[in-house]
Amino acid sequence: MAHKILIVDDEPNIVISLEFLLKKEGFEVAVANDGEEALARVASFNPDLILLDVMMPKKSGFEVCEALRADPNRAGLQIVMLTAKGRDTEVAKGLALGADAYVTKPFSTKDLVAKVKDMLAR
Amino acid sequence: MLSAGFILLLSAAYLGLLFAVARFGDARADAGKSIISANVYALSLAVYCTSWTFYGSVGRATSGGLSFLTIYIGPTLMLMFVGVIVKMIRISKAQRITSIADFIASRYGKSQLLAGLVTVIAVVGVVPYIALQLKAVAASLEVLLDHSGSSFVLPMLDSTFVIAALLAVFTILFGTRHLDATERHEGMVAAIAFESVVKLVAFLAVGLFVTYGMFGGFSDLFRQAAAAPELARLLQLDSSRAGTWTALILLSALAIIFLPRQFQIIVVENVDESHLRRAVWLFPLYLVLINIFVLPLALGGLLHFQGQDFNPDTFVLTLPLSRGAEVLALLVFIGGLSAATGMVIVETIALSTMVCNDLVMPWLLRSQWLGVGERKDLSGILLGIRRAAIVVILLLGYIYFRAAGEAYALVGIGLISFAAVAQFAPAMFGGMYWKQGTHAGAVAGLLGGFAVWLYTLLLPSFAKSGWIDNGFVEQGLWGVEALKAQALFGLSGLDEISHSLWWSLLANIGLYVLFSLNTRPDALEAGQAERFVDVFRHGVRESDARLWRGTASVEELVGLLERFLGPVRTRQQLAAFAAAHGANDWKVLPADAEFVRFAEAQLSGAIGSASARVMVASVAREENLGLEEVLDILDEATQVRAYSRRLEIKSQELEAATTGLREANERLRELDRMKDDFISTVTHELRTPLTSIRAFSEMLHEDPEIDLADRTRFLGIIVNEAERLTRLINQILDMAKLESGRAEWATEEVDIGEVARETMASLGQLFRDRGVALESEIPPLGPVVLADRDRLTQVMINLLSNAVKFVPGATGLVNVRVTANGREVRVEVEDNGPGLTAEESLVIFEKFRQGGNTMTDKPQGTGLGLPISRQIVEYFGGNLWVESRPGAGAKFIFTVPLPALEK
Amino acid sequence: MKRANPVRQRLAALSLLGIPLLTYPLLSLPNGNWDGIPAVFLYLFGVWTMLIVLAASVAERWGK
Repeated sequence: MAHKILIVDDEPNIVISLEFLLKKEGFEVAVANDGEEALARVASFNPDLILLDVMMPKKSGFEVCEALRADPNRAGLQIVMLTAKGRDTEVAKGLALGADAYVTKPFSTKDLVAKVKDMLAR
Repeated sequence: MLSAGFILLLSAAYLGLLFAVARFGDARADAGKSIISANVYALSLAVYCTSWTFYGSVGRATSGGLSFLTIYIGPTLMLMFVGVIVKMIRISKAQRITSIADFIASRYGKSQLLAGLVTVIAVVGVVPYIALQLKAVAASLEVLLDHSGSSFVLPMLDSTFVIAALLAVFTILFGTRHLDATERHEGMVAAIAFESVVKLVAFLAVGLFVTYGMFGGFSDLFRQAAAAPELARLLQLDSSRAGTWTALILLSALAIIFLPRQFQIIVVENVDESHLRRAVWLFPLYLVLINIFVLPLALGGLLHFQGQDFNPDTFVLTLPLSRGAEVLALLVFIGGLSAATGMVIVETIALSTMVCNDLVMPWLLRSQWLGVGERKDLSGILLGIRRAAIVVILLLGYIYFRAAGEAYALVGIGLISFAAVAQFAPAMFGGMYWKQGTHAGAVAGLLGGFAVWLYTLLLPSFAKSGWIDNGFVEQGLWGVEALKAQALFGLSGLDEISHSLWWSLLANIGLYVLFSLNTRPDALEAGQAERFVDVFRHGVRESDARLWRGTASVEELVGLLERFLGPVRTRQQLAAFAAAHGANDWKVLPADAEFVRFAEAQLSGAIGSASARVMVASVAREENLGLEEVLDILDEATQVRAYSRRLEIKSQELEAATTGLREANERLRELDRMKDDFISTVTHELRTPLTSIRAFSEMLHEDPEIDLADRTRFLGIIVNEAERLTRLINQILDMAKLESGRAEWATEEVDIGEVARETMASLGQLFRDRGVALESEIPPLGPVVLADRDRLTQVMINLLSNAVKFVPGATGLVNVRVTANGREVRVEVEDNGPGLTAEESLVIFEKFRQGGNTMTDKPQGTGLGLPISRQIVEYFGGNLWVESRPGAGAKFIFTVPLPALEK
Repeated sequence: MKRANPVRQRLAALSLLGIPLLTYPLLSLPNGNWDGIPAVFLYLFGVWTMLIVLAASVAERWGK
């Protein structure tokens, strides 16, 4: 059964690249462009893992993460945060809010794919 | 005829005449019809010629032959380096500098320490010179009275003391009638120019009298001298004194600008830079004329008074008197008096200004004595301080005269002062041409040079008069031979002046360079270094666009100004400032960086830049943003390091008694705040396109089987994102340079209309492609402003390309209008696009913010175009804003002030 | 960019010219006298005046 991954980022080009990359790996992929749309898509698409950008309009990645973790139905959802900022505090904040992993941009596509596969295997 | 009473009367009359000339000059200045012309300015420089020139040169010539000329050759050569002087003047006008202490202090970070130090050196260094004037006047008076057999003896009082007291009173009346260090003393300059003429006439008169009246002309005089063996050597130069010759030329070249009175006259009192054209040759010509007869006078005196007791310093008087030419002697006396008075007036006024602004005021402000910090009107106190300073300085001059004046001929004393002010040279020249010169270097250099000067010249002068034991001169300090005061480290064979000059400048320059290279300037100092060294580059307008964060209130700043400038003048300046910023009333002006700088500049004119800085800082609570921070952005590694460094500094600044938790808490809050900073936004903005580039590149690299359509698409995205990244980097650099004041501006006369037309032409194709109409209302010969053409074009391009982006396709219309009223040019770019809400109208000028929904219509812009344009426009002194309503299009307007009519 | 001002450059050149002309060793050259007036005297005042005249012509004619 193919795992489902939701990609959330406000930069269209990044979304395109991630979508192409993950589809090629055989995952089922959906996209969202801002925080609100992300929550809606989680509800409708029911992904196994979400790639979540932090800096977004309407709702930030942190807020989405918080909301998702507050929902007991989504306990099994793996959250990977993406951001251009790599401060220790950002990472700490994300992990404290319940994210499972944190990836800084620009990322290595190989590493990202490996990490996603690894997380979904567990 | 030459009774004491008559001489006194005549002197009083002459001084009264000087006073009248000064009042006349001031009155004309107030009426706006300044009498300071290029010739007046050039002549006023002749305050350099004091009773040293009048009496002392002849005295010197009797022992040293032509060596006296060095004192006048130096200034001639230095004035021809007119670029240096122009730079000093330009800097001083831009920074509102009113004294040499102010100049040095301002350059090295507006430091009160330096201001005080320079003032002390100046006062100590110039006191001997003032003593010289007293000595000369006293001696000349004595000669006249001796001749007539009368005497001028007041019971209990030494006549020189009386002279000093009278000079003090006269100077106070002359220069401290009211307090306004912001304005020039045009009356004083006029009076000085007048007395320069009197000096010259008197000297030429006696010269002609002796050369052609007592002898048969130059040839006859020189032949007679050649016949007398002990005089013949005076006709040649002693080439064994070659070192002294050059040293004295160097010394006088420095003195002509660094003596406080010279700095005052040349730089502070300068009304128009173009006057320097005349001064460059007229003043040296004056020097030639006043020196032609010196050697003949000396020889004449020696020949005439052979075998008698004489004082060669007073030949100019004793020679005419020996022939009964009493009227001529009186004229000469008046000339000498004139020379001395002129020097004392200008020098003491300059010194008292420094003492008041740079020594006493800072101390008073800090010590809270007299409640200076709270008083409402300080003008009375400031005047009082200056008057007291004048009295004290003249008193010191008198004391030095008593303590050391007897042992030296006039010229010797003067050279001691020259050597003192020469110590300002490294800090001044370094400050004007070397950005790496730092505060620590200046302090070290000045202290070192001053100490050496004290030890090698000033103290020995006391020893020679017997006031202190001269062991340190004869045997060296503590008996150490290498520390002999006038043969340090075994360097003997030089005259005392050259010896001192050599060692003091060595110490001064050496310490200055050493300390400067090993310390870093703080942000304020570095900014000042830029403004000083690059003063020619920054154009006419000196608006300051540095990063500034702080809070201040307009009312507080205005209150500050009123206390020091007085309410009337404050209102005037505020009105002018408000008008220049397009506001009707200063009360609506924001208390931004520019207003604060304006207030500080106004205050500097009254109390010196160091004190002004302290006062303003106490009112405006300011946060300092380091210059380096913004420019380090693009280097990730340095940026992270800088971040942790900044973190460390900030946490150290927190209160000492904190628990570990509070510290961590504070840190997190701090970092959160920094999240919104320019720096972190930029990081994000840069990494975003980088992410796409990397991802697509890696994908293309990993999978060679990707089909052609996708491959082409991806490569296209890579190219686009790379372009976007480049644009972003360029704009960020531009923005950082503009904000930190490091941008290079080429200011010239620019026809705004022409710039608009050219921009429209170059963007024409873009408009046609989109089907957008482009219209204009531009006058054929546009208004001309002083600005950077490329930058103005940048602004126009930005506005026009924004317009064409946001306007609907086929029906789009953009109109460019250029108008001018008396004060400024107004350019409007109007479009009929969707318009902006009130909030958007403000937001678009913030960095990285763009109009419209950032998701759906993500334009190719960077979000920096408008903030940069605004920075540029504000640099020229104008404003940029937008008027718009949703659905009703948008009109972007910017103004650029027209150049004021004064050059 | 700094406007290389021709007037200033010429004047500075004059000054630089003056330095060797008015110091040793050149200064030790003039010897003897002319009509009783020492050669050194004439030389010094002559060169000095010439420099000033040149400066005047540069400053007044080329002034901005």
